[in-house]
Amino acid sequence: MASTAELERIVSQVRRDIVRQVHAVNSGHPGGSLGCAEYFVSLYFEIMKHNPSNFTMDGKNEDLFFLSNGHISPVFYSVLARSGYFPVAELATFRKLNSRLQGHPTTHEGLPGVRVASGSLGQGMSVAIGAALAKKLNKDTSIVYTLHGDGELQEGQIWEAAMYASAKKVDNLISTVDMNGQQIDGSTDQVLPMGSLRAKFEAFGWDVMDLEKGNEMGSVVATLKKAKEHTGKGKPVMILMKTEMGNGVDFMMGSHKWHGVAPNDEQLAQALNQNAETLGDY
Amino acid sequence: MKKYTFTEKKDTRSGFGAGLSELGKSNPNVVALCADLTGSLKMDAFAKDHPERFFQIGIAEANMIGIAAGLTIGGKIPFTGTFANFSTGRVYDQIRQSVAYSGKNVKICASHAGLTLGEDGATHQILEDLGLMKMLPGMVVINPCDFNQTKAATIAIASHEGPVYLRFGRPTVPNFTPADQKFEIGKAVMLNEGTDVTIFATGHLVWKAIEAGEQLAAQGISAEIINIHTIKPLDNTAVINSAKKTRCVVTAEEHQMNGGLGDSIAQLLARELPTPIEMVAVNDSFGESGTPDQLMTKYGLDAVNIVEAVNKVLKRK
Ligand SMILES: Cc1ncc(C[n+]2csc(CCOP(=O)(O)OP(=O)(O)O)c2C)c(N)n1
Ligand SMILES: [Mg+2]
Repeated sequence: MASTAELERIVSQVRRDIVRQVHAVNSGHPGGSLGCAEYFVSLYFEIMKHNPSNFTMDGKNEDLFFLSNGHISPVFYSVLARSGYFPVAELATFRKLNSRLQGHPTTHEGLPGVRVASGSLGQGMSVAIGAALAKKLNKDTSIVYTLHGDGELQEGQIWEAAMYASAKKVDNLISTVDMNGQQIDGSTDQVLPMGSLRAKFEAFGWDVMDLEKGNEMGSVVATLKKAKEHTGKGKPVMILMKTEMGNGVDFMMGSHKWHGVAPNDEQLAQALNQNAETLGDY
Repeated sequence: MKKYTFTEKKDTRSGFGAGLSELGKSNPNVVALCADLTGSLKMDAFAKDHPERFFQIGIAEANMIGIAAGLTIGGKIPFTGTFANFSTGRVYDQIRQSVAYSGKNVKICASHAGLTLGEDGATHQILEDLGLMKMLPGMVVINPCDFNQTKAATIAIASHEGPVYLRFGRPTVPNFTPADQKFEIGKAVMLNEGTDVTIFATGHLVWKAIEAGEQLAAQGISAEIINIHTIKPLDNTAVINSAKKTRCVVTAEEHQMNGGLGDSIAQLLARELPTPIEMVAVNDSFGESGTPDQLMTKYGLDAVNIVEAVNKVLKRK
């Protein structure tokens, strides 16, 4: 069991990894990545039962994670590397020619820790349901996790999957929505207001939990632990996680503008100043 | 001309159902998914015998493809079933990202392909599916010709590691290939050795090619007839060897000319052995309502059209 302080130290390094990856190639998605840093660190360093040093596609008797909003690959790659799936130095290859760290995550180059390609939004929940069903057939009692963007929920396939998961009692599934309220063209309320997502997922038969403070490590860990206790009870579990896009870098917070823009040299220096190097930069 | 006979006409989709049933018994990793067309796809026997391995997804094809991709993680071999239109165009991006690019061992099984779906009309008569699927890197594309071959193909693809598109249809057609045939993915089947022209046919057009061969023999023309059940990977050697011998080629398929079998063969021959070629296929048009036979006649996919194409290509030799 890691302490909250220890996990927060990892988050600080992960934030540095995110902005440095994106800065180096002047492309990528820092905003959503930063907002989900606490979630990823809790999942990979505290919550999931997994085996980073010996990655297998099937992940038998391991918990599995699927990133449906593949554009936040910088946080995914940082946490995979920092938890031991591949050398941290490889983060320097992000989005470069011949890299395993493609712009959006993929299995194609064989990067350990990735089990399906994502990037085209809306597909991850279906894939996770399939993996959860395979676990049930294999009498494997581990859990399948997914993460989605809130804008991503505008895709119809999400709701096909949500309807299926509850109807067929896929109760070894914990999905989380990154409720940062932002997408590319503006806030989700400007682009396409989605009303009450709690009411919608409840109506779709899910066990819904609110995580009001998705950037507070203690709350994230506690909610994920609670969610785990809610599995195996006949319903898929949904965590509606409120976060701040760009969290941890002051000038990136508060708008959709940093969804997919890289910081310049000066902005990078500022961002790094705000987040201490705790585990050593790659 | 070698004589081909049959005792029965059967639908290729039933060949799929029979193959799937057999796989259910022989391979515990095989699972099946369907989007509210279990009866049409002849998947009911599998569903009844193996309810724990059958997933009724509802009318949600995108979700079905994603779930199938996920089921491979954990060692399952998923067979998805719906109409060809909803198996390809409807879910192209899902197949592209979650199956093909992700290298997942999913078998996309598609019925009611082409015009012979009949009265439902053009909304359902996809004539672009072979092209859509063959363009995806790593995707194997198979279009067997009768019941026995579809059954054999269904069984064979379970032991191929990687994504496969298996296309079959609704109408009954002569069941003439051997019940005990060994189906080899990517291996063309020589049906008749000839010297004047080669007819490469796939799917429902294979029997029509045999009929055309008989009519041509009566005219004194010796046609080589080859069944290309696997569009991708194409049996390049078989195509080139035959074209070398006969020096002119006709292709026949129930698909658009753009993107189909003829397109693959023309591409190969243009690169390796430029050869006069005529194509029997739908020419940049949607289908319409009608009986299967009426439609095949109206859109020029009958034996007589193959004979015409042969006469035309012979003049270009
Ligand atoms: C199917 C699809 N349509 C459009 C896009 C382009 N796109 C990438 S991210 C994004 C916004 C996603 O919003 P959200 O899920 O809220 O993620 P956030 O911006 O909060 O990181 C869009 C429209 C895409 N990747 N996939
Ligand atoms: Mg968002």
